Amino acid sequence: MKDVNLKEVLLQPIFKGNPISVLVLGICSSLAVTVQLKGALVMALSVIIVTGLSSFVVSLIRNSIPNRIRIIVQLVVVALMVILVDQILKAYAYSISKTLSVYIGLIITNCIVMGRIEAYALGNKPIPSLLDGLANGAGYGLILVVLAFFREILGSGTLLGFRIIPQSFYDAGYMNNGLMILPPMALILLGCIIWIQRSIQKDLQEK
Amino acid sequence: MEYLSLFVKSIFVDNMIFAFFLGMCSYLAVSKNVKTASGLGVAVIFVLLVTLPINYLLNKYILQPGALVWLGDEYAGIDLSFLSFIVFIAVIAAIVQIVEMFVEKFAPALYSSLGIFLPLIAVNCAILGGSLFMQERGYANVGEATVFALGSGIGWFLAIVALAAIREKMAYSHVPAPLKGLGITFITVGLMGIAFMTFMGIQL
Amino acid sequence: MNTNGNTYTIIYSTVLVVLVAAILSIAAISLKPMQDNNVKVETISKILTAANLYDAEKAASEGNAYAISEYEKNIVSALIVNSDGEVVDSMKTKGEEIEFKVDLKSQYDLMKQMDMENPQKELLAKLRLPVYVFNVDGRKIRVVPCYGAGLWGPIWGYLAFDEDMNTVEGAVFDHKSETPGLGAEISQPKFYSQFHGKQIYDGSEMVSISVVKGGARDDDANGVDAISGGTITSRALEKTIRTWLSLYKPYFAKTAVSAAQSAGEPVQFMSVEQSETEEE
Repeated sequence: MKDVNLKEVLLQPIFKGNPISVLVLGICSSLAVTVQLKGALVMALSVIIVTGLSSFVVSLIRNSIPNRIRIIVQLVVVALMVILVDQILKAYAYSISKTLSVYIGLIITNCIVMGRIEAYALGNKPIPSLLDGLANGAGYGLILVVLAFFREILGSGTLLGFRIIPQSFYDAGYMNNGLMILPPMALILLGCIIWIQRSIQKDLQEK
Repeated sequence: MEYLSLFVKSIFVDNMIFAFFLGMCSYLAVSKNVKTASGLGVAVIFVLLVTLPINYLLNKYILQPGALVWLGDEYAGIDLSFLSFIVFIAVIAAIVQIVEMFVEKFAPALYSSLGIFLPLIAVNCAILGGSLFMQERGYANVGEATVFALGSGIGWFLAIVALAAIREKMAYSHVPAPLKGLGITFITVGLMGIAFMTFMGIQL
Repeated sequence: MNTNGNTYTIIYSTVLVVLVAAILSIAAISLKPMQDNNVKVETISKILTAANLYDAEKAASEGNAYAISEYEKNIVSALIVNSDGEVVDSMKTKGEEIEFKVDLKSQYDLMKQMDMENPQKELLAKLRLPVYVFNVDGRKIRVVPCYGAGLWGPIWGYLAFDEDMNTVEGAVFDHKSETPGLGAEISQPKFYSQFHGKQIYDGSEMVSISVVKGGARDDDANGVDAISGGTITSRALEKTIRTWLSLYKPYFAKTAVSAAQSAGEPVQFMSVEQSETEEE
C-alpha cells in the first residue's frame, strides 16, 4: 500500500464502511450517552481524538513493538489517550465529564479503537493512520449524534437543552415520548438507521 | 439479604446488556447459535468473577484518594485515581492471559470449547465496565463486589443465550431484506430490553 | 534488530511503562488544582442554590470566580455539628482557603450501618454533620446536606432552612447516574423549587418532606410532587432527606429555641428538653 488515497481513507469510514452500522464495532460503551445531544457530541469528539491519536502513536512505533506483547502495548497506548482526555475534561469541562462518568473510561474497550489499530495502523504510515483513526471516530460520532438528535427532540422536546417544541404544542395536547429516553430505544432507532442505510445501499444487505 | 438483593438486582435490573449496552460487540457477533453463545457467557462470568475482586482490592488499597494511608499517615494525601483505567485494563488483560494458559494446561477439553473466546474477553466492555461501575458505586466490601460480579456475569450470560435462541428461530422468518441480520437483531435486543425494564420496579 | 527476543521485550515494556507513567503523572499533577477547584465550585454553587443566592446566568458569564465571591460575601460561618447538636468544629470560608472537611459519602456509610429506629451510640458519636450559615436580608439561613443511594448511583443535595428551622427556604438535588428524563429530573429546578416554603414539622413532630406519587395536595405543607416515571428515585430521595434530618434534629431544636428566645417569641414546636429525653 504505497500509494494511499487520503481522501478515500477519510470518507470511506463515514458512510460506506461506517464502523457502527456496517462493521458492528464499538456499540458497547456509547449508546447510553445518546439521550442528550450535548453528551453525544462530547463523546463523539473524545472518541475521534482517541482513535486518531492512538492510531497515530501505534503507527509511529509499529516496527518496534515486540509481537508477543502487541495487544498489551496497544491497550496501554489507548488507555493513555483515554486518561488524558478524561483528565482534561475534568479540568476544563467538569459538568460534561460528570454526565459521561464511566463511559469515557469505556472508550478503552471500544472495539473501534483497537479494531482500527489492528487492521490499519499496524501496517500503515503515521499520517494515513491518523486520518483513518479520525475518520472512523467521525463515522462513529455521526451515528451517535443522529441518534441523540432524535432521542432528545422526541423524548424531551429540547436540543442541547434548549426548548425546540413550542409550548403551544403541549397546550394542544402534544406529549414528549417518554419511551425515547429509555435505553432500549437507542437500539431500536439504530436498527431503523441500518434499515434506511441498507435500503439505499443495496450491496450491504445480508443474505 | 443485602447480598441477595444486590445479586438479583445485578442480574435483572442493572443488566449489563439491557440497561447499559456493555459488551455489545461480542454480544452481537457471537450470538448466532446457543452453543457458542453459552460458551462465551460462561467465560464472561468467570473472568468477571476473577477480575472484579482483584480490581476492588487494588482500588481500595492503592488507587482511591487516601487509599495509601495503610503505609503511614504521610501517604494519606496521595490520590492515584487517575491511574485506575490503566491499572484495571492491565489486570484484566493479564488475568485473561493467565486464565487462558491455565485452562489450556489443565483442562484441554474446556479450552477447546472456551479457548477461542478468552482473548476476545480482554476487550469486552462488560468486564472493564464491571470494574468501573464497582469503582463508581463504591461497594462496601469485597463480598459485595464479588456478588455484583457474579450477578452481572449471569445477567450477561442470560442475555446472550436468550438472544442466540431467538436468532436461531429468526433465521426462518421473512425479514425485509434491508433489515436482515444486523438491523433486526438490534430491534430484537431493544424489545428484549424493554421487557427487562419491567424488573425495575422490584424492591428487595 | 530482533524484536522478538526476551531481553528486547523486557526492556521495551519497562521503557513503555516508565514513559506512560511519566506522561500521566505530569498531566494529572498539572491538572489537579483545576479539577479540585471545579469540585469545590460545584459544591459551593449547590449550597448557594439551596440558599437562593445563586444566579446561574451570572455564573455562566463570570465563571468559577462568581460562586466563590458570592459564597464569601454571604456566609456567616460553616460549622460541623455532632448528632447531639453541639458544634464541634468549623470550616474556613474565605477565598483560596474555602474547605469542606466532611466527606458526605463516609457519613452515609456510617448511617447505613445504623439501625435508624434506635441508632447505636458509638456510631452516632462518629457522625460529623456540616451546617452552612448564611446571612440573607438580615435573617440567618442554614443549609444542610443530604446524601444517599438513588436507583443506579448516589444522589445528594442541600436543604436551606429559615430561622425557625422548620420552613424550607430552598433546596437543590443532584445525582450521579439516575435515568435521564426520569429520575434525573430531581436535579431540575422544576422539581426542587417545589420545596420552597414547605415545612418539616407537623405540629411538634418532625415528619420531613414527603415526595408524593401522583402529586401532593395543594394544602400539603409537608409534601411535594414526585417525578412521574421516577418513582424509585423519588422514594430514595424522600428516605435520604428523612434520614439526614432525623440526625440533625437535636441541632435544629437547639437553634430554633435560641432563635425564638432572641426574638422574644414562643417556641413553635418541640423543645430541647423533649428532644433530649427522647435521646436517652
